[in-house]
This record gives sequence, structure tokens and C-alpha cells, in this order.
Amino acid sequence: MAETQVLTQPWRQPLLLRLLQGGSGKAYGVALLLVCVVVPVLNLLVPSGSVFHLSNYMVMLVGKILCYAMLALAMDLIWGYTGILSLGHGVFFALGGYAFGMYLMRQIGHDGVYHSDLPDFMVFLNWQDYPWYWKGTGSFLYALFLAVAAPGLLALVFGWFAFRSRIKGVYFSIITQAMTFAFMLLFFRNETGFGGNNGFTDFKRVLGIAITTPEMRMALFVLTGLTLLAMLAMAQYIVKSKFGRVLTAIRDAESRVMFSGYNPLHYKLAIWTLSAVMCGIAGALYVPQVGIINPGEMSPANSIEIAIWTAIGGRGTLLGPLLGAGIVNGAKSWFTQSFPEYWLYFLGLLFVLVTLYLPNGVLGLIRKAKGAKS
Amino acid sequence: MQQVFCEFLRVFRAFLDAGRRDKDMSIGNKVIGLVLGLLLTGGQAQALTLDEMAALSAGDSDARIDTLHKQVVKADPALLGFLQALENDQVKLVNGKPVLLDDSGAAHDPLTNKPVTLPDDAEDVVNNNRMRGALDAAIASLQLRSADVAVRKAAVEVLRDAELDPAELDMISKAETRETNADIKDMLERIRSRLELSSPDSAVRIRAAQKLGESDRAEIKQLLADHLADGAEKDPQVISAVKVAMLNIENRIARYEVYGTLFSGISLGSVLLLAALGLAITYGLMGVINMAHGEMMMLGAYSTYLVQHAFQVWWPSMLGAYVIVAIPFAFAVTMLIGMALERLVIRHLYGRTLETLLATWGVSLILMQLVRSIFGAQNVLVENPSWLSGGLALSSTLVLPYNRIAIIVFAVLVLLLVWLLLVRTRLGLFVRAVTQNRRMASCVGVNTARVDMLAFGMGSGIAGLAGVALSQVGNVGPDLGTHYIVDSFMVVVLGGVGQLMGTVYSSLGLGMLNKLLEGYTGAVLAKIIVLALIIVVIQKRPQGLFALKGRSIDG
Amino acid sequence: MNSRRTFIKSMTAIAAGVAMMGSGLTAFAKDLPPIKVGILHSLSGTMAISETALKDMALMTIDDINKHGGVMGRKLEPVVVDPASNWPLFAEKARELLAKDKVAVVFGCWTSVSRKSVLPVFKELNGLLFYPVQYEGEELEKNVFYTGAAPNQQAIPAVQYLMSKDGGSAKRFVLLGTDYVYPRTTNKILRAFLHSKGVSDADIMEEYTPFGYSDYQTIIAKIKKFASEGKKTAVISTINGDSNVPFYKELGNQGIKATDVPVVAFSVGEEELRGVDTKPLVGHLAAWNYFMSLKNPTNDAWKKQWAAYAKAHNLPGASKPLTNDPMEATYIGINMWKQAVEKAGTTDVDKVIAAMAGQTFKAPDGFTVEMDPKNHHLHKPVFIGEVKADGQFNVVWKTPAPIKAQPWSPYIPGNDKKKDEPDTK
Repeated sequence: MAETQVLTQPWRQPLLLRLLQGGSGKAYGVALLLVCVVVPVLNLLVPSGSVFHLSNYMVMLVGKILCYAMLALAMDLIWGYTGILSLGHGVFFALGGYAFGMYLMRQIGHDGVYHSDLPDFMVFLNWQDYPWYWKGTGSFLYALFLAVAAPGLLALVFGWFAFRSRIKGVYFSIITQAMTFAFMLLFFRNETGFGGNNGFTDFKRVLGIAITTPEMRMALFVLTGLTLLAMLAMAQYIVKSKFGRVLTAIRDAESRVMFSGYNPLHYKLAIWTLSAVMCGIAGALYVPQVGIINPGEMSPANSIEIAIWTAIGGRGTLLGPLLGAGIVNGAKSWFTQSFPEYWLYFLGLLFVLVTLYLPNGVLGLIRKAKGAKS
Repeated sequence: MQQVFCEFLRVFRAFLDAGRRDKDMSIGNKVIGLVLGLLLTGGQAQALTLDEMAALSAGDSDARIDTLHKQVVKADPALLGFLQALENDQVKLVNGKPVLLDDSGAAHDPLTNKPVTLPDDAEDVVNNNRMRGALDAAIASLQLRSADVAVRKAAVEVLRDAELDPAELDMISKAETRETNADIKDMLERIRSRLELSSPDSAVRIRAAQKLGESDRAEIKQLLADHLADGAEKDPQVISAVKVAMLNIENRIARYEVYGTLFSGISLGSVLLLAALGLAITYGLMGVINMAHGEMMMLGAYSTYLVQHAFQVWWPSMLGAYVIVAIPFAFAVTMLIGMALERLVIRHLYGRTLETLLATWGVSLILMQLVRSIFGAQNVLVENPSWLSGGLALSSTLVLPYNRIAIIVFAVLVLLLVWLLLVRTRLGLFVRAVTQNRRMASCVGVNTARVDMLAFGMGSGIAGLAGVALSQVGNVGPDLGTHYIVDSFMVVVLGGVGQLMGTVYSSLGLGMLNKLLEGYTGAVLAKIIVLALIIVVIQKRPQGLFALKGRSIDG
Repeated sequence: MNSRRTFIKSMTAIAAGVAMMGSGLTAFAKDLPPIKVGILHSLSGTMAISETALKDMALMTIDDINKHGGVMGRKLEPVVVDPASNWPLFAEKARELLAKDKVAVVFGCWTSVSRKSVLPVFKELNGLLFYPVQYEGEELEKNVFYTGAAPNQQAIPAVQYLMSKDGGSAKRFVLLGTDYVYPRTTNKILRAFLHSKGVSDADIMEEYTPFGYSDYQTIIAKIKKFASEGKKTAVISTINGDSNVPFYKELGNQGIKATDVPVVAFSVGEEELRGVDTKPLVGHLAAWNYFMSLKNPTNDAWKKQWAAYAKAHNLPGASKPLTNDPMEATYIGINMWKQAVEKAGTTDVDKVIAAMAGQTFKAPDGFTVEMDPKNHHLHKPVFIGEVKADGQFNVVWKTPAPIKAQPWSPYIPGNDKKKDEPDTK
């Protein structure tokens, strides 16, 4: 496996790591400043006529991409570092989104179309009461807990069975795809109790504050930014730890790890569940910002895309996935506006060219350029 | 660049446009003879007057049907032709007067057969379903007198489904006595029995019930049940005869239902098999996760469309053969595209299995958009040729559509072809050798690069063949492939990667299971259960149902 | 602001426009910037099959308006985006159109979920959306004008027709749909309606399939069985999009004839039948507010215009240009919006909404359709057509005049308390 050796060469250490090794948390500081001060000031305080004004549209777009970046990071931990390709990460993302969406639906209160205690779609199905799994979702904290617990639990159970049976490689990828596909069909059903194809929309409030106020928007954005930074720091810690080294070893030669006295099951299960939880959190942050969650998020294609972001940016690096999520989604937003008829050509070509010529992603290219200079 | 592309599109579409005009012309072909017959007889038998024709063509449905019944009893020879023209929308009204059209659209006076000019404000005769049903029945009862056995048979089949008036018993009985063909006689007897169930003579009723018991139609069962339901039937012998007849019908229906489920399971299985076979080669043998596999099927379906179009333009008389020609054409097109893809992209990615997933995903996006640019986002029309339309009626409830039968046969043939290729040819030998040990194969002189290209081309070509088959049952549009790609992977993985027979078993198994469950749970839950079962099975058999036995720990 | 001045300005502009037209030239006042108009239809992904035609129709209509002097002397500038059949992307693109491009109005959406996804954005930014597709009702928003049919303008007349003598006096019904909100709601309304007509639950079979479903063997066998177990049966299909082709292919091949078991569909029009061999389907029905085969001068002119446009722009399918109901609704919507802007003298959303009330337009359906003064829906005529062998429809029944939309169906409990106009907050 030539590529993995390349990935672990010393000069390929993550950019951020090198920055930190350089003796400063400068990068984090800059990022924190950007998220917590610069963006809010440009958006809220600079008048909208000014060149420096950051429009709500941009803030929401960036907020969305930051959520995607969390997904890519989660994918990177399990795929880039542990070598397990999941084609079902969309399901964890959506479960987190649905969990928090349930809270948002209950926050609508009586402002729905039917002015009922229940969400509109339940009124429509002639339901008299919330089904059991909706119990308690009116509580903000419980909803947050659920956004973490639901994907976490699913991942734990699924992973335990899968890793115990030593399902590997493509077989694992395909059954994760089967899982997300099955969940998508399940959530499409109206009787399942999650609004069917329409999913959840038309949110009004979070914690009693209207979701459309610029302050609320900004609060969500800042929270998203901070969460991403926290995840990044955590990922960095994990990757550098002994735990992380074992993960990389599993990726490169699982049987040797086993013969060295480690049980890969626990390591794989832990990182797999953590990755799912990260997706759940991303989902919970994503839903109030884009204003809709529906089963389409669980389609196999969406999960494949997550893997693509990671690959484009650079697997087995920490900043790569963030870069990939940004590049692909930024390009998508721009292309669909500027070349509505031709954008899929560009996107498709991008995927092909990056895979062919940049096996280590965009970050690999940057590194190479830098490496060549020094 | 963009201009060049647009120009290409323009030229290409010009080709697509050519000959479309001819298409609609073929519609009324069948009726040429009939109308001609009318025009000949129309001159002699003047019994059907212009006013009567007008009364049949316009006005309230009730009145029209009333007129129709009266005319049918007269059994006027000119009537049949006129009714057929009505049925085929070849009658127009000019100021309330009917005018006949022939197949070229030229108008004729219905009595004198002289050409007339059709004014712009000529009204269409509108037949709704009720009117059409009545027309069908009337035409059928007139055709019972036909000398042609096939025509009589078709007529009886129509009458079997039609609502009959007790007054028509006489006509049916007469036709039955006249009839020489045993099959038709039998069917007429059954139709007669239906009417005789209300006979005052209990012996006739018993005989009618017994005869009806030979049926396999739920309608007849319903008819028998209705006969008992109102309590008018007092004769215990008749009652028991009716009950026995109902039981017989019920058993027959239940049996056909089982056959029906089996057939639909096999049919779905064969579709899955075709969709997965190509993947079993590119992925199972070569290890390329070809996400563009679905698009290869889509291209195969579009190739079929192109061939059909070429036939419409150049050889409209042989249109029915287009599917046969489409098979090699689609294979060639998708094989070439597959080989090009292998040369340009896949070649650089061997050994990086998961990365082929990303690159081919990009390829699939490009191919889909390309098709959208060339053919448009809408579906294109691929018709079943006439010999694949309709179905084999085993019973009134169980019709096996010819296109599905053809696909099952086709799937078996393709499977045989693949098997022969892999086991009996030199290429197959090389493919297997490269699969098992690439380096060793290379050392003993196998040109692995060439083998890879050919094998990938073969896998893509088979996907193209699947596309030909799918074009006959589903829609042909840019996203055709996306509907099958997930299922294809499930089939291959469940069967065991690298195992052709595993793919066969798993596709048939999944098809069967899906259709069995669908009867109980509905389509959505059935699919969910099947997916859950796939996950469970893989837990038990991590290498698929039919895993290759090997000794490598990291296999 | 100074409305009088704008009025005078617009009047002179219109006058100028008319004068220019007279001389066969089109010119726009130089000092007036164009009015931006958003078009939000999926050009890729699963919905592209239906929505691309609407985008082209919108562009044709805008082109036509520009040729005739624009709106208030200002040119319309279409802004086309591709939300790619992705619902969150719909919301993002809607925000982009409203906030970044500052469009005066958006024409778009097809599926209910896409409409629901963009609704909060339109409400928040006070935008204006024209929605051109028949839908399930149960919605009435200030920022949306619904130019497609509500259930009472399509589904209920169709069932009434099936129950009539000419429609075959159907007594048993199969409600068959794709599992999402439009079929679910429609079937709920229909079930209540059938109950009110004395049809019992035993005579109703309801069946749903997932999106993109393509193997209709089992379902058609079920329909056959159900149909043979009792009196005259009809199928009411709300199958969506792509699934119609395999459904109709299977229907034809399994030999279900319209004279035995008629199928009436609410989502199948000329465009959907493009991919189907219609010969075995002759007699099956569709209910719409417009059919291409309608004969009237407006329709003829419109069809001709569309054919010419499709040819000039080399659109796919230009060789067999088709018009259908949602395209007509798009065409009506854009023209009515133009009239309302001219009446209001501004593109200001609130003023245009006020001016929309009671707008009339001579539509290709042969009637002069009117925007309801209050409920944001069009008064539309209903036609029931039978499929002909050439893929067109024979109109076998129609309402004598346009009928008013009931977005809140009286057959859904609780709706009697609903106001027939948007909530004003």
C-alpha cells in the first residue's frame, strides 16, 4: 500500500500541527477571532451598503459549509486515519438534525397552520398525541442529548455487530450504504412520525427567540464555528495520542496490530461512534440554519459526497477535509448560480482530476508546492 | 468551446428530429382494410342513413348507446365499418354531418365515398370510455358473424368482459350453434351460462353453474355470490352447485396468485441480475468500485432509443426488429465508452480501490449531464415493439407480459455468455488469472493492461445490455442509472465478490424475497426489510454468501 | 415615495413602449434599470424531468414581455439558478435570489417539499413566489400566489366524473400514490368525499409506493384482484414523476383496459406521456385545468409561440413541442404579475400583492381566468381528458366556467374554521 506510506511521511504532518509545534496556538487564535469577532462585526455592525458588509446570505452559506466541514472531519477520522470508509455517514447527520428538529417543531407552538398543540403533519395524520419517541423533545437540553445519543447509539450497535464480525473494506462500506438507504425509506414513510418526505420546516424559534433575528443567526453561526474549532482540537489531540497511533496502525496493517496484542474492535468502535456523534452535532447545528431537514439527507448519494469532500481536501490530514468541504460546496453554490446548465460538468471533472492527479488532495498539492520550495 | 458544443447539439438534434413526423402516421394502419371495406359496402347497402350515423356520432351518451343497440339488432353490413371508424377517431362532424377520414387524413363523404374538403371547424367525435365500451361490444357482436376464426375469437374475448343484456341471449345462442371452432364454442357457452343463471328452469341453472365453475375469473365468482346473496334462489341443488362452482373458482384463483408472485419475483430477480452482472465483473473481478455503472446502463438504454429512432427514420417497416439490433449496438457503445474510461481514468487507479469510487462518481455526474444536454432532461420514448407488447394470459388474473418474459430469457442468455467468456475463452482465462494474482500473471506473459481494458469494457458492455432490457420495462431518462446502482452493489456484495454464481443466487433471492414481502407489507416496508436482512446476512457471512475461500489474513 | 412621479414616468414609458412597438422596434428607457426576475426550477437531479420545461416556458414568457416593451418600460432580466432537486439548496437559492440578486419576484418550485422549504425565506425577506403546480392545498401564504389547482379544482371533479354514468358509474376506488404529502392529502380528501357519497371503506383500497419505484407487477396484480371482486372499479393515481412510465407500461402489458378499470391521474400530462407508448392506454384519464388539445385561438397562438421559441432556442424535444398544465400556469402567473406591477406602478411586493387581487387574464385554456380577490389562488376551469393514441387528450368533460379554489378543503375536519385569505400579521 504505497499511498499510506506516503501519508505518514514526516513532512506530511498536518499544517496545524506544525503551526502548533512552532510554539503557538496562533492558528486557533486567528480562527477564533474570525468566528467570534470579525464575522459578527462585519455582519451586524457594518452597514449593509458598505463594501465590508457581510450579508446574511453569506453568513448562512458559510455556516452551512462549516457544518459540512464537521462531517468531513468526522469522515476523515474514520476513513483517513482508521481506513474504514463509511458510505452511511449521512444517516448520523440526519438523525442529529431530526433530533434537534423535533425540538424546533415543538417550539413552533400554536403558530402552525392548524394552530394545534401538535406539529401540522401530525394533525394531518389525525394523530391525537405525540408518539413515544417524541416524549420530552420539548426540552432543549434533552433534544441536544438526543442529537448526540441517537446517532451515537445507532453507531455503537451497528459498529459492534459489524466490527465483531470482522466486516471489512468494501463490505463494510456497502452495508453502511444499505443502512442509510433503509433509514431514508423509513423516514420517507409518513407513519414513521417524522413528517415523511417534507420532513421538518418552517421553524420559528430557538429557546423562545425568533430564529429569523440577525442576532439569533449570528449566535448559531458563532456556535457552529466554535464547535468546529473544538472538534478540530479534539481530533488533533486524538490523532497525536497513542490511541490515534493505534488507529493509524489498524489502517495500515490490522492483523499486525492484532498480533501485537491490541484488540482492534474497541479502537474501531470508539472512533466510529465518536465520528457518528460528531455528525449528529453537525446535523443539530445545520437544521436551524438551513431551515429544513428531510429524508433526502440520508440518500446514499449524500453520504458518498461526504467522502468526496474528504478526499478532495486530503485524507489523513486534519485541515484537508475542512478545505475539501469548503471547496466543493463553495463551488457548488457558485456554479449553480453562474452556470446552471453546465455546473455538473465542472463538479464531475473536479472529482476526476483531483482523484487522478492529487491523490493526497488539495492539501497534498499545497504541501508539495511548499516542500518543493524549501 | 461552448459554441462548438452547442453546434454539435444542433446537428445532433436535427438528426433526432428527422422522421418524427412519420411517427404519428402509423397509428391507424390496422384499420385501412376495415375502412376500405366500409367504403365499398357503403355504396351498396344504403340501410345506414346519414342521420343514423349522426345520431351515433353526436349527442348525449345515453341516446347514442340507445341508437347503437337498435342498429346492432338490424345487423346492417355497413354498420361494422362505420363503428370501427368511430372507434378509431376517424369520423368528424361538419355542421352535424359525419365525414369519414382515411388513414392519410383525407376526408370522404360516408355515403358517396367522394373526397370532400375538411373545413377547419370540423368537430372531433368524442367517445368516452362508456361509449367506447358500448362500441367494442357492438363491434364484437357484429364480428361474431365473421368468417375469420381469429376475428371471432377476439370478438368473443371482448364479449366475455362486456356487460351483456339478457336480451342478447338469443344472439349468443345462435352464434354458439353456428360456431365450428371448439374453443370459441366453449367460450360462447360460458357467456351463455352467465345469462342463463337467471333462467326459470332449475336444471338450466345447475348446468350454468357447473359450466361457470370452470372459470378462473373473480367476476364470475362475484356473479355466483350475487346470485345467492339476494335469497331468490330456493332450489337446494342449485345452491350447492353454485357453492361448488365458487369453491372451484376460488382455488383456481389462489393457485394463479401463487404463480403470479413467483413470476414477478423471478422477473425482478432477472432485472437485478442484469443490472448486477456487469458490476460483478468490473467490481467483483477487477475491484473497481464503478459508480458510473448505472450510467452505463443509462447509455445502453439511450443507445436503444437511438436505434429505435434510426429504424423510424430509415426502416419504418421493420421497426419491430429494432430491439434485436439495439442489443449489439448498445453493447458496442457502452463497451467502447467503458474501455475509454478505463484507459483515461481507471488505469491510473489500480490498487486504490476506494479512489475509483470517487473518480467514477465524477464520471457518472458528467455522463448524466451530457445526456441531459444532448437529449434533454425529459424521458425519451422507447416503445415496446409489437411482439413485446401485451402478455401471455394464463388466466384472467395472471398475465405474463411478453417484455418481462423476454427479459428473463435475455438475462439467462447474457449469464450464459458471460460464463462462457470467463470459462471458455482465452480472455476469460487471463481475466481470472489477473484477478487471482496480477503479478504472477504478468510474469508469465499476460498483458495485464490489455486484459484490464477488455474486462472493464466487457463489464460496461453488459451494463449496456442491461440498459436495453430496462428500456423495455421502465423509463429512459438521465437518472435511470441512479435507481439501480445501490441495488446492484447490494446484489454483488451479498453474493460474494468475485463469485458469478453468488450474484445469480443473490439477485434471484432478493427479487423473490422482495416480491413475497411486498404482498404483505407494501412496497416501502418490503424494501426496508430486505435491506435490513442484507445487513444481517453480511454480519453472519462477512464475505458474502458465497465467499472465495482463501488463506490470506488481510483478504 | 413620490408615487405620482413614478406613475407619470411609467405612463410615459409605457406610451413610449407602445410607440416603439408601433414602429416594430423595441427599446427601453435608458435611465431605467431592468427588473430582475428569479427562476427557481431544478435543472438537474430527479425533478429536472418536470421542471426544465417550466424554466424554458418562463424564459419564453419573459422574452415575449420584453419584445412587447417590458414592464413599465423596463426590461425583465431573468436570473436562472439550479437548486438541483435538493431541498435545502432550494432554500439557499431562494435566499440568494431575494437577498443577493434582489429579484422582484420568483417563479418556481414543483414539489411541495421544495415550496415548504423556501416558504420561510419568502416570509422572512418578504419576497413574492408564484407556484405553478397543482398541489394538496392546506396552505395559504401572503407571499405566494398559487397558479396551479387546489384539490377541489382537480381531484374532486375527476372523481365525480368517474361516479357519473358517462364516467362508468364507478363504485369501488383504488387510491394509488407515491408516498408523500400531495398524494396523502389528496387521498385523505377523496376518502372523505367518497364517504360523503356513500362509498364504504371496504370499497376503497389505498396503496403507496416509494419515490422512484419502478416494479409495478405486484401492485397491478392487486388492483386486478380488487377490481374483480366487486362492482365497477376505478383507479385514482397520484403517482409522481418518473414512476408513471413503468406504471403505465406494466398497465398496458398486463392488459388492463380503460373500459374495464379506468385510471385517472392527477400528475400525468402531455410531458409525462412523452416517454410512454400510449396505444395501450387509450381511454385512461387525466384531470387538469389545461390540455394541449384544447381548441381555441389563444391556445393555438400560445402553442405556436412555444413551438417557435423551442425551435429558435434549440430546446431538447423541440421537434415535438408540448405544452401542459404547469406550463400554462407559469405563463399565466408571469403575465398576471406583469399586469399587477403595471397596476401598482411599482415592483414593491406588498403593493403588487394588493394589485394581484382580481387580476384577469385570457388564458390558453379558453377562459378568462381570474385571481381570487382574497385567497391567492386562480379560479380555474377543470377538464377531464382521455388519453388518445398520439399522447394527447380528448376532453370528455369540462366545467362550464372557472371554479374558485378551496385551499382549505371542506373534507378535512377543522378546516371550516379557516379563513379564506392569508393571515395578516
